[in-house]
Amino acid sequence: MSCKVGIPQALLYYEYYPLWKEFFTELGAEIVLSSSTNKSILNAGVSSCVDEACLPVKVFHGHVEQLKNKVDYLFIPKFISVCKKEYLCPKLLGLPEMVKNSIDDLPTIIDVEINLIKSNSNLHKSVIEIGNYFTSNNKKIDLAFNKAINRFNEYKKLLANGVIPIEAIKVYNKYINSITTLKNSKYKILVLGHSYNLYDEFLSMKLIEKLQKDNMKVITPDTVSIDKINYYASKLPKRMFWSFGRKIVGAAFYLIEENAVDGIIYISSFGCGLDSVLIDLVYRKAKKFKVPFTLVTLDEHSGEAGVNTRLEAFVDMIIWRDSNENNISTHG
Amino acid sequence: MKITFPHMGNTYIAVKAMLEDLGLEVIVPPKCSKRTLELGTKYSPESICLPLKINIGNYIESIERGADTILITGSCGPCRFGFYSVIEKEILKDLGYDIDIIVFDPPDGNYKEFINRITKAVNTNNPIKILKSFNRGRIILKEVDRLFQFSNKKRAYAVNSYEVDKIMQKFSEGVLKVKGVIETKKLIKRIFKELEKIEVDNTKRPLKVGIVGEIYTVIEPYVNLDIERKLGHMGVLVDKFLTPSRWVEHNLTLGHLGLSEERKAWKAAKPYIRTLVGGHGRETVGSAIMYAEKGYDGVIQLLPFTCMPEIVAETILKTVAKDYDIPILTLIVDELTGEAGYVTRLEAFVDLLKRRKEERKFERVLSRS
Repeated sequence: MSCKVGIPQALLYYEYYPLWKEFFTELGAEIVLSSSTNKSILNAGVSSCVDEACLPVKVFHGHVEQLKNKVDYLFIPKFISVCKKEYLCPKLLGLPEMVKNSIDDLPTIIDVEINLIKSNSNLHKSVIEIGNYFTSNNKKIDLAFNKAINRFNEYKKLLANGVIPIEAIKVYNKYINSITTLKNSKYKILVLGHSYNLYDEFLSMKLIEKLQKDNMKVITPDTVSIDKINYYASKLPKRMFWSFGRKIVGAAFYLIEENAVDGIIYISSFGCGLDSVLIDLVYRKAKKFKVPFTLVTLDEHSGEAGVNTRLEAFVDMIIWRDSNENNISTHG
Repeated sequence: MKITFPHMGNTYIAVKAMLEDLGLEVIVPPKCSKRTLELGTKYSPESICLPLKINIGNYIESIERGADTILITGSCGPCRFGFYSVIEKEILKDLGYDIDIIVFDPPDGNYKEFINRITKAVNTNNPIKILKSFNRGRIILKEVDRLFQFSNKKRAYAVNSYEVDKIMQKFSEGVLKVKGVIETKKLIKRIFKELEKIEVDNTKRPLKVGIVGEIYTVIEPYVNLDIERKLGHMGVLVDKFLTPSRWVEHNLTLGHLGLSEERKAWKAAKPYIRTLVGGHGRETVGSAIMYAEKGYDGVIQLLPFTCMPEIVAETILKTVAKDYDIPILTLIVDELTGEAGYVTRLEAFVDLLKRRKEERKFERVLSRS
């Protein structure tokens, strides 16, 4: 009998879902995905999580609440590091523990530690450990993971070709068969932030889709080549020790310095510790190069009307600024 | 070179004495005040955590007094403290200050650069001289921690607890007047003697409360609204898990041998949290458990608003409180924290602890066990 593994559609789902899906399916497990974020998931998360946690972490709790009675296992790996000498956010480091101490009556949680801070070879150990929940045949696990990696690389190729993950994942889930190809847009907007804020359409209030409807070409850090990201992130006076921070800052610095974007919208969630640093770094750079920058902060009280107004104003400003030959500074 | 550094509780006493021994001119930033915080808040990113804002305030106030070099420590994540130096440099640059910032980051493989920074900071490249004064600084740090621990105890037992405040006030004024390690040591000794003379009531059975949480908030009295003193006057015996000397002990000496208090906390925390979560998140959980096991009446967790590691710890502390049947109060501070509300919560917590203690006493009487 195949067992059911629940994967919450939140936090690192947007980074690694295709990989885990292939892996578990190969091992004969059935994947149960929580639904896309909605009001009741948000409410469930807000009431089970500590008040001080950030919005994405609260939402994650909501997804767990939705899944917990439907599955045999919940997959909440303990992500510490996905790259040498780099960490993820402290809240991700403690995520399995946060969930266990906030929500009662949980099924077994697969909370294998993934820690590549010292060596990439640790990944293999973690993969075997995860696989051992389903089979004791290590060869089979290796085989399944290799297959999964191949599929995951195809997914990443889509991203490298400029397809933003929202669309890539849709293709992946076969919700739609083709990617909506964009008309050639004159304006390029860089939408920055953590993947779990950008691509969760409920949290971001479909901000990316709205921009595209306004005929803006949207670029996100995921669609910028990794070489450029690393090169430009290394220009910081200190090594960026957050993997997602490196991605955000590197992508932003590259596009700003190469004069390749017309504006930047940073989507952050209230109380995000990483963003408080990253926003400051990106904002200073944008100001120096006179690239319009705006910040949208999300929390459980965000209203869509206000966000829409700001978005419209920002888009108008970019078009207007372009038609004015002085390219007036937006930073006062 | 006129050197300064940010405030962090009592560390200034040791750092000042140590640098003075090395022949440097030291400018201690004025005691943290409302002005410090206001300056810091004005020029820092809005959503950054409180310690950075206070740091910026400290720098500006020191620069106003002529400082031209800032000495700070760093880290390599995952807590955002590791990026303080980068942001702080940018802020000061934007404010137009021409100032040198020397950062002691963990070496990260590059020991030559690390040593360069030390020799630059202390103006000598004689390693024996540096090690010697470092060691003396460490002793001062330990002595000062002992002194404050002693004053906490005195406050809980004293007939008139405000006498302690008077003497400690004398100490913090005196520290700025003395120079170097030897004079500082003498002063500490004198204050110890004065504290000893305070009349105590040994029949008192004070409540015992352990303070855990983010190190800066625990150590810096301005930021935690002088919590030790407030609790002391309520007749509570306070113990802090994190002190500057324990930090040095863990990070620079005993930690590597696995003997420090923090290592013990990791072990205690293990059933609840297996790995690091940055900052002192794991130590917070472990030390709360250790306090519960030692029979403390309650635990208070302190953290600055949006502190990531401590939020993880806060979640877990809820379970710890249940499992060990010990009340745990979480207090979050930022630039908007009002003293009245804060004190009310402290008083309510202490009342709760008192009631619990009494109830337990009478429970036994009635059940005659």
